[in-house]
Parts: sequence; structure tokens; C-alpha cells
Amino acid sequence: MKATVYVTIKENVLDPQGVAVQGGLHSLGFNEVGKVRIGKYLELELDTTDRAEAEARLKVMCEKLLANTVVEDYRFELED
Amino acid sequence: MKFAVLVFPGSNCDIDCYKAVEQTIGQEVDYVWHTATDLSAYDCILVPGGFSYGDYLRCGAIARFANVMNEVKKAADAGKYILGICNGFQILTEANLLPGALIRNNGLKFRCHQSPLEVVNNQNPFTRDYEQGEVISIPIAHGEGNYFCDEATLAELQANNQIIFRYAGDSNPNGSVDNIAGISNKVGNVVGMMPHPERAVSEILGSADGKRMFTSILNAWREQHGTAING
Repeated sequence: MKATVYVTIKENVLDPQGVAVQGGLHSLGFNEVGKVRIGKYLELELDTTDRAEAEARLKVMCEKLLANTVVEDYRFELED
Repeated sequence: MKFAVLVFPGSNCDIDCYKAVEQTIGQEVDYVWHTATDLSAYDCILVPGGFSYGDYLRCGAIARFANVMNEVKKAADAGKYILGICNGFQILTEANLLPGALIRNNGLKFRCHQSPLEVVNNQNPFTRDYEQGEVISIPIAHGEGNYFCDEATLAELQANNQIIFRYAGDSNPNGSVDNIAGISNKVGNVVGMMPHPERAVSEILGSADGKRMFTSILNAWREQHGTAING
């Protein structure tokens, strides 16, 4: 089973990298660009076929290590 | 008094911390590797700066799971003195020994220069030799020193007098909330700060203002243990 995890900076936390990239895009003439947020994308191969268990364990992985929930949100997708 | 300086793969201020203890207060000090499973011999644990585990994923995120961190938690619960500097501060927040998190500097740049700090709380064991409100000069060197916590946590930090240092005046170099440069836990025995007092222990280094953090902790320990204070 393959898991894809997305870790993003919480809405109420400043994302200085996103702001810098937004400025870069504007200076290239992409003026339609509004807010830019930068996050992390992780691919995990899981040695299991039990979807429910995989979800439960992924949640723990995110809470314990992959995201710092003080400043980050996470979500994940599972494919067989 | 006996000090431990923790060493993780990627620590790079461990030698500075060790020398600072030796040269400011002449107390016993050991390097302790991240695999250690017993810190009971130590009265004070210094978690030094650097880039532990390459700062992969997030600063301090991997170091937090090193064996020695279980012992640091035990020591914190036992009321031992713990000081995390720079990456050490990041590790202590990741380990939930201190509230909040350190994120990317708001200006995106790695900031490396002397920084004026206001001593906000001189009732802490690490700051008792400073005057309340005194402004001292301590260097900073970080790319991720922007202290963040939610409003409820900030209100709690303020109410409990847990803000130890602020960047003085309008010198906030990284966007930290409430100009926070260093905080303590509720009890006060665990302190984390982004600036480097161990790099400010002699005028030759540009400032000797960091020296009193070390004399403070020694005096606090001596008072706690009923030992006579020498000079």
C-alpha cells in the first residue's frame, strides 16, 4: 500500500517562503497569483493490506513525527 | 556541580558550551553522546546548537527521539537544570519540554550577528545574576528562530513569567511573537533560547554578557544545595 502525506503550514502561521515565492511570481509578471503556501510532500510505502490499520498508524506517524501540529496541518491519501 | 553537554550527530556548539562551563565557572563538565541512557550524575544539562541529524524534516524533529532525550525528560521532571541553546531550544520544543515552535525567520535569511536582549525575568535560576530589564549583548546565528505559539499559550507564558529574554527595542531579527528570544517551562528549570550565551563569555569574543548565565546557574545550584558561594 502506498501513502501520500501532505504537510502544510497552518493558516494562522506566517509562511515566509510562500510570501517570497509569491513576490517572485509577481515580479515575473504572474500578477494573478494570490496567496502562496509551501508545504511538504511525502511518499511512504507501507507493508500492510489493512486499510483501517494503515490509516490509524499514519495518523500516529503524522502526530508524532511527520508534522509539528503546533504550526503544521497534515492530510494523507492511501492507494492499494 | 556537574554539567553534561549533549552531543548529537550534527551538533556544532558542543565545544563552545563545554569551554564556557570550564572557563566561566570551572565546574566539572562531560560530553554526553545521544545514545546515553543515564544522566543521573548531572545537575545541569546543556543541549547545544548545531544542525542535529541535518535538521532533516524539521529542526530538532529527529533528535527528539534520540535515547538520551528520555533521560532529559526524566531530569526535567526531577527539577534538574536544562538549557537548550539555538538547535537545543528547537529540540526542547519538539520534545514538548517547552511550548511553541521555531519556524523560518520572517526575512528568510540566516541571521548571524550580535543581538541586544532584554532580561525580562531575572527570577529564573539561569538569569539571577542579571538585573531585571537589563539589556545584554549576545550573538544569534539561526535561520529558523522565529518563535511561534498560539494566543492562549502566549497569554500563559506572559502570566507565568515564562518569557526570559526578549529582543530589545525594535531589534526582533526573525519575526518571533512578542519579540521572544528565550522562554522557560512553567516550573522554570527548563530554559530554551535562540541566542548563544556560550559565545559571549569573554570580551575577546565581542561580549562577556553570557558569562552570568553560567554564574547564575552555579549560584542557584549552590543555594539549593546549601554550599557556600565563593566570589
